[in-house]
Amino acid sequence: MKPLLIAAGLALALVPIWALESFHLFQLTLAVIMALAVLGLNIVTGYNGQISLGHGAFFAVGAYATAIPMSLLDWSFWATLPVSAVVCGVVGWGVGFPALRLGGLYLALTTFALAVAVPQILKHKAVEAWTGGVQGLFLLKPEAPAWLALTPDQYMYLVALLVAGLCYLLTANLLRGRIGRAMMAVRDNPTAAEAMGMDLASLKTRTFAVSAIITGMAGSLSAAVVEFVAPDSFTFILSISLFVGMVVGGVGSILGSVFGGLFVLFVPNLAEAISRSAPGVIYGAILILFLFVLPDGVAGLVRRFTTKKRIIPGRETS
Amino acid sequence: MSTTRRTILIASGATLATPNIAPAQEAPGVTATEIRIGSTNSLSGPASAYSVISTCLTAMFRRLNDEGGVAGRRINFTVYDDAYSPPRTLEQTRRLVEQDRVAFLFNQLGTPTNNAVHRYVNQRRVPHLFLATGADKWANPREFPWTIGWQPSYRTEAQIYAKHILETRPNARIGLLHQNDDFGRDYLNGLKDVLGARFDAMVRVATNEATDPTVDSQIVQLQASGADVLVCGVIPRFAAQAIRRVHDIGWRPMMFMTNVSVSVGAVMQPAGPERGVGLITSDYRKDQSDPAWANDPGMNEWRGFMQRFMPGGDLTDNNITYGYGVGTTMIQVLRQCGNDFSRENVMRQAANIAPMDVATLLPGVKVQTQPDNFNVIRQMQLQRWDGSGWVRFGNVIEGANV
Repeated sequence: MKPLLIAAGLALALVPIWALESFHLFQLTLAVIMALAVLGLNIVTGYNGQISLGHGAFFAVGAYATAIPMSLLDWSFWATLPVSAVVCGVVGWGVGFPALRLGGLYLALTTFALAVAVPQILKHKAVEAWTGGVQGLFLLKPEAPAWLALTPDQYMYLVALLVAGLCYLLTANLLRGRIGRAMMAVRDNPTAAEAMGMDLASLKTRTFAVSAIITGMAGSLSAAVVEFVAPDSFTFILSISLFVGMVVGGVGSILGSVFGGLFVLFVPNLAEAISRSAPGVIYGAILILFLFVLPDGVAGLVRRFTTKKRIIPGRETS
Repeated sequence: MSTTRRTILIASGATLATPNIAPAQEAPGVTATEIRIGSTNSLSGPASAYSVISTCLTAMFRRLNDEGGVAGRRINFTVYDDAYSPPRTLEQTRRLVEQDRVAFLFNQLGTPTNNAVHRYVNQRRVPHLFLATGADKWANPREFPWTIGWQPSYRTEAQIYAKHILETRPNARIGLLHQNDDFGRDYLNGLKDVLGARFDAMVRVATNEATDPTVDSQIVQLQASGADVLVCGVIPRFAAQAIRRVHDIGWRPMMFMTNVSVSVGAVMQPAGPERGVGLITSDYRKDQSDPAWANDPGMNEWRGFMQRFMPGGDLTDNNITYGYGVGTTMIQVLRQCGNDFSRENVMRQAANIAPMDVATLLPGVKVQTQPDNFNVIRQMQLQRWDGSGWVRFGNVIEGANV
């Protein structure tokens, strides 16, 4: 049943390639990328209970890890993906270290500091030759192989879908297994988890690394789709948007991350369509509405509809 | 009865069969009654102070529509928010071009944001007109024939300083203090443009980082080089430090300061107004607080516009005089188009503006373009600090044509 559902979902995800015109396809590509970034955040915050307000920084690192080789060394997009994964993994692992000592709010602030610092670091003269400084870097998006006969927008959607789909699959696999259960055990009760013989330190840092890799992949895709990176693309607002997307989609839910990505991209547009003069107010109102109506996120709603009513013995079901 | 139904069916079939696209001679974004123009600005986010420019432009197009529009067409001006984020600028620009099908783009805000759409608009051949950014790169008609800026670039400003130096002190020894980024390097390039081969002999350069605590050592170093002219391309914080330091060490060079760092409140007061006496900068706009323009016909035109179309607008905000100037330029281009609002013709007219005066620009500062020169405003007038305010002097000076 489940593989069938996944196959149906994949087929459905392919439909827009032919059904949508290029601008909407481009928007949907960005939404897929945001969904992937939210997934990365969800791994560390939703499943491992470590609050990160700094995932925009990993997104930026991933974007530059793709943009620099493509722009300065003429690498192909695909070749930059492993590089980006390694770089983001190392950075994420490094950031995971303070996470060992800092809990909850303190970790949130530390990661937030990272998000605030990264755009400035990218402008620093020591790395300016590589990052292009304030002006950023230009790159060319990968071209579709001739036999595919797709427009650049169609191809980029396919690429984003492929990379994101693969990451989702691997993540789902990871979270369902032994390691995923260990992550959740650490989230729910670290003392008990440690008593059961789990190595908290290594679990937390590795989770951070995996999470950074996933969000970094999203950054790589975004660099290729937008064909331009600049420090101003990765301000702390991005980190906050990802966090909002995760909460609205559903904390600790893989499916929720998809909805989170859609929220991150489309709700600001919706807010602007309603009021040109005060989009922020409308965005806030929509956000509050979501939290009020769907306290467990969109994924919580889906879960409510799909899980069968449990029949508790000795109690009449109404 | 059945015939009627059949007729309706045939009629509806015919309607469906008619291709739902504009005829070939009709340009994108232009109908018999309307011209659609798109823009992006930072309506939210860190740069949202600039959104008054869009408010001003919207009001100007409303005035134009009230007066009957252009060639019988109303202007439909759409501004989307990009929150000063380059990926969002690309998204909103694509929405304007591909979904709203605007005829062209006008006055999008910001350097990184316009960078993100620079290639897209040129590949698509969509006019990308009169951008709200001071970077030098928009005047490159050979490689990017669909993009054009408006305000004088920092590089033009530096060229103007260099010309004034050569005129008044041909044997000057120049010290240049510039920030080590694209903004600061424009001053280096501007001096090189004018001085050419003499640059190495005449100029000593010191740079600072935006993160440095002070520029004291750079000032001392430039003084020690024997310079009698000092040109500064630095942000306001360092501008105040430089003015103070130069005065305190008893150095009295002819000192030029970038016109982004001459605010009375943010630079001259902290530096000490008496220390800055003699400091030179430049401008291309009329300063609305200057009593010289109290009865100026151009400024009265602008004040009348504010009263009728932007009541409650901040009369001291010079972003609005900027907006009025750039809006006037746009309307001139639309009038020049005659009845042909195709993208090719809009761009052709934007690249062929005969020198014109604009109400909110200084007398003698012209708006003009030629197909091989996309520097729209090339002239500025110097002004000197007299201890309490800026006093214009000399004629307007034109930057070098490079």
